[in-house]
Amino acid sequence: MDATAHTHDLGHEHPPKGIMRWLTTTNHKDIGTLYLWFSLIMFLSAGSMALMIRAELFEPGLQFFQPDFFNQLTTLHGLLMIFGAIMPAFVGFANWLVPMMIGAPDMAFARMNNWSFWLLPPAALLLLGSFFVPGGAAAAGWTLYPPLSIQMGMGMDMTIFAIHLMGISSIMGSINIITTILNLRAPGMSLMKMPMFVWTWLITAYLLIAVMPVLAGAVTMLLTDRHFGTHFFNPAGGGDPLMYEHIFWFFGHPEVYIMILPAFGIVSQIIPTFARKPLFGYASMVYATASIAILSFTVWAHHMFTVGMPAAGQLFFMYATMLIAVPTGVKVFNWVATMWRGSMTFETPMLFAIAFVCLFTIGGFSGLVLALVPVDIQLHNTYYVVAHFHYVLFSGAAMSIMAGVYFWLPKWTGHMYDERLGKLHFWTTTIAFNITFFPMHFLGLAGMPRRIPDYALQFTTFNQVASVGAFLLGMSQLIFLVVVLKCIRGGKKAPSKPWEGADSLEWTLPSPAPYHSFQTPPVVK
Amino acid sequence: MLDKLVARTGGGVALMLASLSARADLQYNLQPPATNVASQIYNLHLMVLWVCLGIFVVVFGAMFYSILRHRKSLGHKAANFHENTLVEITWTVIPFIILMAMAYPASKTVLDMKNTSDADMTIKVTGYQWKWGYHYLGQGVNFFSNLSTPRSEIENLQTKDKHYLLEVDHPMVVPTGEKIKLLITSNDVIHGWYLPAFGIQQDAIPGFVKSVWFKVDEPGTYRGQCAQLCGKDHGFMPIVVKAVSPQDFTKWIQAQKAAVVTYNPNKTYTEAELVQHGAQVYAANCAACHQANGKGIPGAFPALDGDPIVNGPKAVHIETVLNGKGGRMPAWKDQLNDFDIASVITYERNSWGNHTGEAIQPAEVKALRK
Repeated sequence: MDATAHTHDLGHEHPPKGIMRWLTTTNHKDIGTLYLWFSLIMFLSAGSMALMIRAELFEPGLQFFQPDFFNQLTTLHGLLMIFGAIMPAFVGFANWLVPMMIGAPDMAFARMNNWSFWLLPPAALLLLGSFFVPGGAAAAGWTLYPPLSIQMGMGMDMTIFAIHLMGISSIMGSINIITTILNLRAPGMSLMKMPMFVWTWLITAYLLIAVMPVLAGAVTMLLTDRHFGTHFFNPAGGGDPLMYEHIFWFFGHPEVYIMILPAFGIVSQIIPTFARKPLFGYASMVYATASIAILSFTVWAHHMFTVGMPAAGQLFFMYATMLIAVPTGVKVFNWVATMWRGSMTFETPMLFAIAFVCLFTIGGFSGLVLALVPVDIQLHNTYYVVAHFHYVLFSGAAMSIMAGVYFWLPKWTGHMYDERLGKLHFWTTTIAFNITFFPMHFLGLAGMPRRIPDYALQFTTFNQVASVGAFLLGMSQLIFLVVVLKCIRGGKKAPSKPWEGADSLEWTLPSPAPYHSFQTPPVVK
Repeated sequence: MLDKLVARTGGGVALMLASLSARADLQYNLQPPATNVASQIYNLHLMVLWVCLGIFVVVFGAMFYSILRHRKSLGHKAANFHENTLVEITWTVIPFIILMAMAYPASKTVLDMKNTSDADMTIKVTGYQWKWGYHYLGQGVNFFSNLSTPRSEIENLQTKDKHYLLEVDHPMVVPTGEKIKLLITSNDVIHGWYLPAFGIQQDAIPGFVKSVWFKVDEPGTYRGQCAQLCGKDHGFMPIVVKAVSPQDFTKWIQAQKAAVVTYNPNKTYTEAELVQHGAQVYAANCAACHQANGKGIPGAFPALDGDPIVNGPKAVHIETVLNGKGGRMPAWKDQLNDFDIASVITYERNSWGNHTGEAIQPAEVKALRK
């Protein structure tokens, strides 16, 4: 269908100019753009903190930062990357793409959409600003375990408030996404015809609604323990520090899937496109995603194998965790089968998607190693865990986001990105990523704990390799920034469907996608 | 800033190149196991690693074969299959079977690790910010284990020792060949007692006492660290366990009992005596936060030099040390005796810019204990 046939005379075609356009916008594409820029800024800020961490860890001894500030860096790096970079990036994709993919004119709750976004910048300012208050930022790790987090200064209160804001934002965003998907699909777009990306977001949104209030509850109890004399987590008052860990990880484990399911969705759009072949096992992909989401509520205590729970508890959580490998494996096999006997080309989005499948699987395997209780007890709180979750969160979530950005940039900007620079970005990122994080497996196996500003001499070499890799990785992201800016400013004109094998509805719209699309719903066969 | 950076990292780059060429000391696997449980873990990890590697090679071998052969540039035409129930059931069932095969030995090791019955000896381990306390139950031996790496090594003013950051003033000493049970708890925040060579990592949680066990056969010194983020000096509270023969252990226990510092609760000590002992107590317990120069860390830990409590009524000072303050300053009444507290308070009140001239006696501390 041809979207240029739409009439553009509805009067609200031209938004206000300047800053007011962005402050008052209710347009899903504008809000998607805001989310994506916000995410990129947070990615670069939290990334600079990672570089400060790696600079300090380049050599044994304290060189640049005192331990307390180092702990603030690790804490805020984690919080900002998770709540500031990865989650908002996926919401940005959802805003841009879900309405276009299901043939809807906009998100269901346009004004709420605006508010969902505009809660985020104040939250980010609270987090970043907390570095400058007395006592500095929160330094208890992103997990904020009490009683340590009870000891912190006002930076912790700012963090708690920021988490509340970001949680409200996520919940509203999820309600919006669910309502949009369930109610605004074009005629003929049955659930089992939806693009995989829409499916993964539908499931993710349910996860978010289920667990963000749990996190809000946990941090609210921290707040009242800190200031209002309650003893939820203080053993001296009859409280229980372990209860916090249980509540936190009941949020925390589904959160892991919140950050990876949309990535699965993006990759499931990209691989069939460049293999010029339909996604293998669409239905099993949907069921696998749903099983992962359901299982994610039954495995939280594998983050707590070292607290000393009874053998029965350890065994249950070990078996449940190992079970997740089955649907995850199904997904990986399906992607490989999609490529099998295709007619593949390797533009930047495809390169990132293939790297995603490979490297995410390494993270999955190290997750399986960590699922075994005895091995986890040996490796818990070490750099092995750091390596594991960076393989799933950087080469998983973040690289899928990059893949998605390259894939849809032509649709968003109307220009083709610079393929040569894109490929350069891909290769430098992938190589530098592995230089940074692969040696961390060895550090963890050798027994180096995480979250320490200084280390014993036998850990020196691998730390130096990791630090060199980290700076290369950081610099590579500047190429990404250049590609994006270049593509916005100009470049080869993008056709409505720049990728030969693409088949979802957004590619039926002209590039750049018009400000209002599908005011008349398309009919899906 | 830049030249500082080069000066500080330039040496590091040279060091890195040098150490990369001497790869022999690089460790790619778990530490050599010293207990039976640790060997089980070592083998379990290797087994899983090989299985994962095998699967990885098969799956990605297929993917890279496809990437090389099924390219548009080679003129490969896309097939159009997109499901196959048999294949999909197969690759759901096979991983499931592999997982069960992995879970069996893992479960056996879990049960072995949990079996703390019939221990020959029990040691209570308490985590403090930032040191470990070891209490040999029933043997009357009780001491703290502090990091012994000098500050000058941490601040790069002096060459680092071989055991940099993994050395303590008083290691835990245990006999070889006996089943030792540890009861692990914490006095303040959550710590983690982690000794890789024993395959033990147990969080030390305030309000809970958790137990683990080990039996080590080879005499030797085993080193680990606190594993759970516990505040600013989390990276500076190592764990050292010295395993010695049962005979040597008996001798060590006797020596420990003999070496307990005795003091006379009724004696009136001179200021010089108190300051001398107080300086040691301060260095071991107070300097981590308030710093050796008494200046504290602005914004985090208050200075004692010129502090109104330290220069005010002594009863308030004594009570602050005994009972702690505001959640951050710990209560010391259970960790230090009256003589220690009297000495350290005398030291604080007569050091740096503080000149109260007072000598606090153990009896005064005793009177304020609740």
